[in-house]
Amino acid sequence: MWGSMFRWLDPYAKPETLYHLCGRLLPYLMALAVFTLVLGNIWGLAFSPADYQQGDSYRIIYIHVPSAIWSMGAYSSMAIAAFIGLVWQIRVAQWAVLAIAPVGAIYTAIALITGAAWGKPMWGTWWVWDARLTSELVLLFLYLGVIALAGAFSEAARGIKVASLLAIVGVVNLPIIHFSVEWWNTLHQGATITKFAKPSIDSSMLWPLLISLSGFALLLAALTCLRLRSQILIFEQHRPWVRQLVESKNGEQN
Amino acid sequence: MNPRRQKRLVAVTAFVLLLGGAIGAMLYALQQNIDLFYTPSQLIDGMGKDKVKPEIGQRLRIGGMVVKGSVRRAPDSLKVSFDLVDTGPIVTVEYEGILPDLFREGQGIVAQGVLVDATTILASEVLAKHDEEYMPPEVAEAMKGIKHVPPSQLYKESDKGQQP
Repeated sequence: MWGSMFRWLDPYAKPETLYHLCGRLLPYLMALAVFTLVLGNIWGLAFSPADYQQGDSYRIIYIHVPSAIWSMGAYSSMAIAAFIGLVWQIRVAQWAVLAIAPVGAIYTAIALITGAAWGKPMWGTWWVWDARLTSELVLLFLYLGVIALAGAFSEAARGIKVASLLAIVGVVNLPIIHFSVEWWNTLHQGATITKFAKPSIDSSMLWPLLISLSGFALLLAALTCLRLRSQILIFEQHRPWVRQLVESKNGEQN
Repeated sequence: MNPRRQKRLVAVTAFVLLLGGAIGAMLYALQQNIDLFYTPSQLIDGMGKDKVKPEIGQRLRIGGMVVKGSVRRAPDSLKVSFDLVDTGPIVTVEYEGILPDLFREGQGIVAQGVLVDATTILASEVLAKHDEEYMPPEVAEAMKGIKHVPPSQLYKESDKGQQP
């Protein structure tokens, strides 16, 4: 059953094919990401109305919420890649773990920093050890752990395996982050849009937020493609197809 | 699926399930300790199935809604006291200092301090907790009848009122 369901993916397990696929997707993803990010943020930061309680300070959600949501989205995709890499031993999936981890770590850091900058004027404190903030900080440490472990072994393949295991185990943290505001008393407010109910945000503020959300997703995809391409080149540098690629590039320049 | 893959699949899945279960059990055991604050009813009726009540002199955090009309400010200092409520019992908070911008009657807040008697807390820090709703001022006024005036403007207006 599994075999036939995912047979169509098989060609992309070949590094060369995936390298060229990522290369074809990259310009479209990047262009769309820049367009939606610029549109969503200018609309959100300059044109959507101020909040009735928080005034202009609430506008941080156009950066904070997308980066926080996709810090978790990046983590789940990294864990799926790690799982495929461990069980089916598909090398490109293992390299994808290395490609996603730093991007996810930066997203998490953006979420934490923008949250702190917003917390100071709104809550009255930069940081408080509540369940949501702490579990998001744990997510940052998980990303850093994956990056550090992958580089901690002299044999790269071994490092990736150990890092993949950590990435998969860390998935436990994702539901904790999401439900922390429901399970425990926290200073952080509950979910505004990621719930099975009408979003509790006015539509004039929701649209730029949704555009910004898709912008952060597209940027994540674009950066992953970019980094995966360079990972493939690094690990395949001794292969004939990479040599040919380099020679043809050099030929173009001369 | 070939046997080696199957073995790896079982091993990785078992490892993750075991570790996930362990973390889940740990969090379940720590459940009450992870709460950032007591609610007024937890403070007065006790918490959890053992009805554990905090002791007088204990440092704790309390979170609840500021009762309307309960904010009393001292005329000559920054001392302020207000009542907090969630579903029934009322707890009084005394505080000296500057309150956050979002502080107002009916607003959720979290205060950290020392329990001085069964229903009074001497707070050293007051944080505003706000809800997950975002809307423009006109919509809020139409829907909820709320017109939020930031404290800075509030005092300007009251200063104007005092001058003849």
